[in-house]
Amino acid sequence: MSDREKTHKAAIVIDNLTKKFEDVTALDGLSLEIGKGELFGLLGPNGAGKTTIINVLCGLLEPTSGSASVGGYNVQEDSERVKELIGVCTQETAVFPYLTGRENVQLFGNLYAMPKEKLRRNTDELLQKMSLTEDADRRVGKYSGGMRRRINLIMALVHDPEIAFLDEPTVGMDPQSRHAVWGFIRELKQKGRTVILTTHYMEEAEELCDRVGIIDHGKLIALGSPGQLKEKFGVRNLEEVFIQLTGRRIREGL
Amino acid sequence: MNIQRVSVLVKKDLKKLIRDPVVLFLIALFPVILTLAFGTSFGALGSSPATYQVGVVNMDSEGLYHQWSQYFIGNLTETKILNVQTYPSNETAQSDLVQGKLQAVLLIPSNFEQSCNSFWNNPTNPSLWTNTTVQLYLDSGSMFATQAVLPIVQQVLAITVYGELPSPSARPIQMSNPSLVQASKITMFDHMAPGIFAYAAIFITMTVAQSFAEDRETGLLRRINTTPTTPAEFMTSQAISNMVLALIQVALVFVMAYLVGYRPNGDTSSLIMAFIIVSVFSLCNVGFGLITATIAKSSGAATGLAFVFIMPQMFLGTFVGFALSPTAQAAGRFVPSYYVTDAITSLLLRGAPISSPTVLLDLAVVSVCSIAALLIGIALFRKYGKA
Repeated sequence: MSDREKTHKAAIVIDNLTKKFEDVTALDGLSLEIGKGELFGLLGPNGAGKTTIINVLCGLLEPTSGSASVGGYNVQEDSERVKELIGVCTQETAVFPYLTGRENVQLFGNLYAMPKEKLRRNTDELLQKMSLTEDADRRVGKYSGGMRRRINLIMALVHDPEIAFLDEPTVGMDPQSRHAVWGFIRELKQKGRTVILTTHYMEEAEELCDRVGIIDHGKLIALGSPGQLKEKFGVRNLEEVFIQLTGRRIREGL
Repeated sequence: MNIQRVSVLVKKDLKKLIRDPVVLFLIALFPVILTLAFGTSFGALGSSPATYQVGVVNMDSEGLYHQWSQYFIGNLTETKILNVQTYPSNETAQSDLVQGKLQAVLLIPSNFEQSCNSFWNNPTNPSLWTNTTVQLYLDSGSMFATQAVLPIVQQVLAITVYGELPSPSARPIQMSNPSLVQASKITMFDHMAPGIFAYAAIFITMTVAQSFAEDRETGLLRRINTTPTTPAEFMTSQAISNMVLALIQVALVFVMAYLVGYRPNGDTSSLIMAFIIVSVFSLCNVGFGLITATIAKSSGAATGLAFVFIMPQMFLGTFVGFALSPTAQAAGRFVPSYYVTDAITSLLLRGAPISSPTVLLDLAVVSVCSIAALLIGIALFRKYGKA
């Protein structure tokens, strides 16, 4: 049975994945399945291995051992196919400061070879949803930090990907912008898109995610819906789940 | 290869040229300022030494006796200030005068011998003299030649014909009023201009290194790598955008040089060939830029490290090179910019046709260097530079 057939119902399959950087083991035999249309949260402190998982799934890093598939395609053997399916909102706001907000978004739409009219329509729609229409034709170099993060998110989603990787998308945002992004992520879920969200904001994960996986030292230490995890550990929130599992707070390392 | 992707990446880079003040200065304003500065500084200076190049056409050399004309030429040669070259005909001498190779042409008449003899046979009876005129043509563009050559020639003529005698008030041999000829003067700047074309393109190394290091720092390279854009498409866009930048640079430098008096000694095909050579050379600098970005840890370090490639190319291979020692000039043969400058010098200064072996050999060397530098740059950057 091929990876594609095996993962008919799974958007992402991670099997015994290990990634080492010289002496440091960033991922340690991690296995996980994420279903199609699921909004999945990867939680953990800084350096836990969340971004490494995303980088392996996007084809940016080669695993030391184990395998992973996205949309049924092996990330190492079919990385070109994988890249056509995904949209990646990077942790750092990677934008071209000398281009306008609209130009940045359209550049990335064109990198996905989108038809001109669809690109124009999607760009206008997303800029409006993120309250950036008025500033769309200003250079991003002049944007505030929050505006840059919103453009960063739009650039990842303008081509309406089947699977979206959102790596800490709301870091540094004001509460209003954060709630706008939450609404936007919920819309993706309603449209049937698979969303993998990394965050160290526990309330964000509880608010949005169908299931969460808690990562620490490159290992998956808990997996389930926020409700299931809270019930299992008899606590009020996911932060307390993490404390019960590790004996420390999730944001200590920040 | 997806044209849509390549095209938007090229447009993005060209927008950077217009909108990023640092890139705009390095790629466009700096070459323009440099050309204006060198053009105005060196455009008025001739490349000739302090002596005057004088062509002599001796029309009195056909008969049996022409000692007088030979004596006159000998006396002209003995003056340290005139560099005398004899010509078989007035046409060839005039041609060299027009091209700026000579600053004066002297035409010795066919009856020069006869006139001298008639004077010495009857020094006190002018009615028995055979009168004649020595014609002088001067380069009207050479201010010093128009002032200096006529009195020198008059003095030498008087010594030749009258010797120790006091110069008579009436003379059998006159100097004509000099005819001023407009010569196509080659200045110091004409020698430098081909090197300036190459010099401008050298700075592409720095902009490419900065751009890649900066895009790596900000995570943009990683981000583009998550899209379906292939490395081949990305590098093609870089090659195209930098070739376009090089063409813009050469066009700007050419226009500025033209405005300060530079006139290339070549036709349209020579100009097109010069543009092609600089475009190919730009790829070499993209390669050097990638190698620099691979080594440099940050965009700031990339700026400094780029000079490892810029300085040797600048000093050994461009307009600076021809003023260096023979050893340094020989070392120049190991930098690609030398061949760019040599080819453009052949095309636009020496008037060589585009099919001349020198130009084609230079183009071949530049092409091989560019392909090699680009491939090495891509390979190194992909292996070590992306992280």
